[in-house]
Amino acid sequence: MAAEGTSAMAASHFADAEQRETAATFGMWIFLATEVLFFGVLFAGYTVSRVQHAEAFILAGRHTDVLLGSINTAVLLTSSLTMALAVRAGSVGWRRSCAAWLVLTAVLGVAFLAIKGYEWHEDWLQGLVPGLRFAYSGPDAPGVELFFFLYFVMTGLHALHLTIGILVIAVMALLAARGRFSAAYHTPIVLTGLYWHFIDVVWIFLYPLFYLVSRS
Amino acid sequence: MNELQQADAVPAKAPPTGRYWLMWLVLLALQLVNLGSSYLPLGAFNVVVNVGISIVKALLVMAVFMHLSSASPVMRLAAGVGFFFLAVLIGLSLGDYMTRP
Repeated sequence: MAAEGTSAMAASHFADAEQRETAATFGMWIFLATEVLFFGVLFAGYTVSRVQHAEAFILAGRHTDVLLGSINTAVLLTSSLTMALAVRAGSVGWRRSCAAWLVLTAVLGVAFLAIKGYEWHEDWLQGLVPGLRFAYSGPDAPGVELFFFLYFVMTGLHALHLTIGILVIAVMALLAARGRFSAAYHTPIVLTGLYWHFIDVVWIFLYPLFYLVSRS
Repeated sequence: MNELQQADAVPAKAPPTGRYWLMWLVLLALQLVNLGSSYLPLGAFNVVVNVGISIVKALLVMAVFMHLSSASPVMRLAAGVGFFFLAVLIGLSLGDYMTRP
């Protein structure tokens, strides 16, 4: 109770708890803006490479697994729903409901990583890993290699973010179950939610760029 | 007892979840449209449709799940500024590479 009492009160430099949460959320959006640019240079690199190697990207795009990629997109979109429901439950102080939705979100995240890992394994077996095991010898091989270089860096960086997200969510679920959050204080849940939805937004763009090229 | 603790003592009433479930269905439907459209022979417009639908999906996630639809203008500005400069980066890069002889 002591912990809840102190955490519900704002530090002296904030007028009230609402202003504190607004400041924290604003800080999170600033961080996410830097993340947009972090991923953004890779998206810019992809765009320029695709313009320069249009034919090769069409050839390379046929080697990604559109079924697994689509399933993973649905998994991640669903995890955004469960995360939103966790934030909502947390915002009104339903600690068990909040913890349960957080656990479900983390499970969906792990499922995504498992499917992605299986895909990378298949890519490895097919010899599509630039630098380590690249066996493609058809036309436009340098451009195809560039496509798969971007594919591994971008999905890899995304998976790293997802892994961090899963760990943070696991900690939040534990804290929520122990009653550390209330209707008056639940900012960490809100910020975790923003981070998770951002990861979803990144994947929303990775999906068409790597799985939907040259399907027609 | 301060105001915050009083607020906590009142039984909490959760906002309705209808929009979240609806948004989930809309996002899944848009994904299917995205997938389906990529099999149509639209030429250069395939990528326009693919990225266009993705932009709509991202805006919906940010508006509803990330609460920007009810956020203050300063929050929306912070959310948009990264994307704005990314658009400048990609726009100027293409302006260079696509006009080289």
